[in-house]
Amino acid sequence: MEVLFLILAAVALISGVLVVIQVNPVRSALYLILNFFTVAGIYLLAHAEFIAAIQVIVYAGAIMVLFLFVIMLLNLRHPEEGGEKQHLAQKLSGAALAGVTALLVIYTCTRINLGPAKENVPGFGSAEAVARSLFTDYLLPFEVTSVLLLVALIGAVILAWARLD
Amino acid sequence: MVVPLLYYIALSSALFAIGVIGVLIRRNAIIIFMCIEMMLNAVNLSLVGFADHYQAIDGQMFVFFVMTVAAAEVAVGLALIVAIFRNKATVNVDELNLMKW
Amino acid sequence: MIEYVWLVPLVPILGFLFNGLLGKRVPKWLVSLVGCSVIGISFLIVILIFLEYLKLPADAKPVEVVVYNWISSGNFNALAAFLVDPLSLIMMLVVSGVSFIIHIYSVGYMHDDEGYPRYFSFLNLFVFAMLVLVSANNFLLMFVGWEGVGLCSYLLIGFWYEKQSASDAGKKAFVVNRIGDFGFLLGIFLIFWTFNTINFREVFSIAGTNFEVGSLVITAITLLLFVGATGKSAQLPLYVWLPDAMEGPTPVSALIHAATMVTAGVYMVARCSALYVLAPVSLTVVAIVGAATAIMSASIGLAQNDIKRVLAYSTVSQLGYMFLACGVGAFAAGIFHLMTHAFFKALLFLGSGSVIHALSGEQDMRHMGDLKKHLPITYWTFIMATLAIAGIFPFAGFFSKDEILFKSLVDGHILYWMIAAAAAFMTAFYMFRLIFMTFHGESRVKPEVLHHVHESPPVMTLPLIALAVLSTIGGFVGIPIIEGANVFHEFLAPAIAHVHRPEIHYPISFEVFMMVVSVIIALLGINTAYRMYIKRPELPQLVTEKIPLLYDLIYHKYYVDELYAATVVNPIKMGSDFLWKGVDEKVVDGAVNGSAGLVEWLSYHIRKLETGYVQNYALAILIGVFIIAGYYLGR
Repeated sequence: MEVLFLILAAVALISGVLVVIQVNPVRSALYLILNFFTVAGIYLLAHAEFIAAIQVIVYAGAIMVLFLFVIMLLNLRHPEEGGEKQHLAQKLSGAALAGVTALLVIYTCTRINLGPAKENVPGFGSAEAVARSLFTDYLLPFEVTSVLLLVALIGAVILAWARLD
Repeated sequence: MVVPLLYYIALSSALFAIGVIGVLIRRNAIIIFMCIEMMLNAVNLSLVGFADHYQAIDGQMFVFFVMTVAAAEVAVGLALIVAIFRNKATVNVDELNLMKW
Repeated sequence: MIEYVWLVPLVPILGFLFNGLLGKRVPKWLVSLVGCSVIGISFLIVILIFLEYLKLPADAKPVEVVVYNWISSGNFNALAAFLVDPLSLIMMLVVSGVSFIIHIYSVGYMHDDEGYPRYFSFLNLFVFAMLVLVSANNFLLMFVGWEGVGLCSYLLIGFWYEKQSASDAGKKAFVVNRIGDFGFLLGIFLIFWTFNTINFREVFSIAGTNFEVGSLVITAITLLLFVGATGKSAQLPLYVWLPDAMEGPTPVSALIHAATMVTAGVYMVARCSALYVLAPVSLTVVAIVGAATAIMSASIGLAQNDIKRVLAYSTVSQLGYMFLACGVGAFAAGIFHLMTHAFFKALLFLGSGSVIHALSGEQDMRHMGDLKKHLPITYWTFIMATLAIAGIFPFAGFFSKDEILFKSLVDGHILYWMIAAAAAFMTAFYMFRLIFMTFHGESRVKPEVLHHVHESPPVMTLPLIALAVLSTIGGFVGIPIIEGANVFHEFLAPAIAHVHRPEIHYPISFEVFMMVVSVIIALLGINTAYRMYIKRPELPQLVTEKIPLLYDLIYHKYYVDELYAATVVNPIKMGSDFLWKGVDEKVVDGAVNGSAGLVEWLSYHIRKLETGYVQNYALAILIGVFIIAGYYLGR
């Protein structure tokens, strides 16, 4: 298990870095899909089968397709060429800060007592367990979510539609 | 046998940091946007890790809602990028300094 | 019908809204129709209420109609409620009736004016406020009406606002009234503080049971209220606004500055008679102020040449009579004179309006004369009104004026009577001087005006005739001497308090003798005017030359305006100038501009932090996260 996790983690990190350093946005998008797949794999290891499934369907499927569509629509093949170069200091300080923050989080978590891991309950994270919780304790947020999606839908339509001149 | 919680946190933090770096150093708005998605994923990962550790389904619920919000955000965000591109013919955030004094 | 008393003020305000909002977009005839008919409807409702009230059993009177709870705060309660009692009924009848007549007259008088809809909307608003004033059942609602009529008075005095003198006169009226209103307001505060209520009937019943005659707080309250009355009713020392108020259209002078609004102070004193009878000091003050005002303004009226100014000073003088009546405890006589005065003074103003209308705006009596044959209807109605105001039997003014003279002698002091009699003499004199200068003698009308002279159209003369009838027979509701014939007093009695003093019955012969005396005084005044202005027109010139100082004093209205300007207005102006140029422009503006300059200087430099690049902002967020995390780790 642990070995599998480490392999997946390594792939995830490498693909994440590649997302950032690729010049071509299409490649970035493809590496991001790979990243999402590995995360989905880790979800499976963490007894989150249902979440893993929708990770693949929603993220790797729907959202990334949307990204690729937009990239295609805007026809961005050489977007990063030309234009003002960013300050190197800014880049470095950003990277350093982000790295230090990540290390800080990890360091903090090693210092606090997270408690012992609980024994795995059979069926935890299955579609049935998720659905039971979703339609009982989380029913209202679930319904509100649909409103949120509707709002986003309308907003997206209006934004993409309006002829701003 | 069981993957320690700390591994999840470490991986999550690392992915999050990568996303932050991407947001900070890239100039293509679409890639910045992808990096934001990656950051959201990193948070989801830690939530799933915690859920597994404490065997509490609530963590996975939150992942579910985060995904919904992410989907909505992508829809609106990409529409914004399209609208901006129409106006400015660029998605380079260096050239988009409308908020400047 | 009585429970619908709130309709009485409500209907005029509908007219105000209609004419004010739509007046410019609808044809003129609709403006006149709405403007007049709302007052007519209101008048009809008042009549119906009056008839129903007469039929009510005694224990059901007076009636209070609560519309809604206006203000309720702690133990303070102000209802929007109306009191239907004899006093308010008489006032409502007079106000709505005279208003109706004057509205109709205005249709003719204002016909060619640009601001026709505006005029009618203001006039309707005025009637609304006046009806609220007289029908309110508590001091606060009365104050609403009180301020409302003040506002309308201001608006209508300055109706021709493009004329500097008119807008100045409006402002003067407003400011002077404000001084009085301040006193009135303080009086209301003191009433609430003392009685814990502002309802008329509650206040009066508490005052009657819990307070001695001469109580200090009651005296203070009544004096403060009287300050309000001097402002609104143009008494000494706050009368100066009323003569200037003649800058407004003449029907406005008739309605607001003669018949209704200026009598609000008299109404208020009569309404609070239950308080005044507990404060002999205040009554004396009221009587003295009334008498002084009556004689002073009558004397000013002797030497004025502007037809409307003569009438204005006459109004001030007649109001003085009413206060004199109230001051000697004859509140009913004051209200009686208020009513008859409303008839004949409205008629006088409308008649003068008709003259001014005929002479294309000429107001100076030195440019009139011999108009009798040109304006027969105006002339004859004017004569009736003049006889009424002079106090000739059997015209309306005779009954009310004689009653006041009589009461001031028997209940007051011989001095009051002498002053009032002298004022009556002067009244008769200057009124007939006005008649003779305007309608008789040689024509001094400018030739280019003369061939335009014409009698007014029926829409103006019919109101004159209606008011002439009222001025003639209006006094018969208050016939003295004969037992039970004074219907007016009997009807009014429940609403009026009486001064506690032993009742003295005078022999009828004495009363009759006093009447004859007052008629003789009036006739003497008329005779003097006749001799001076008809028989020997050169005589006035001789008189003025003989007593130049006195004439000058009177002609310049005792220099009161100049005195006020020197003692009050100019010091305030100088103080304001200093505050404006010294304090406001230098200190206040300096501080404001200085701080704005400092902020500008700072922001000019700080704004450079705002690069506009999203990523810089993201970096800033990250640094923030870093600092917060570091803080928690370092703890």
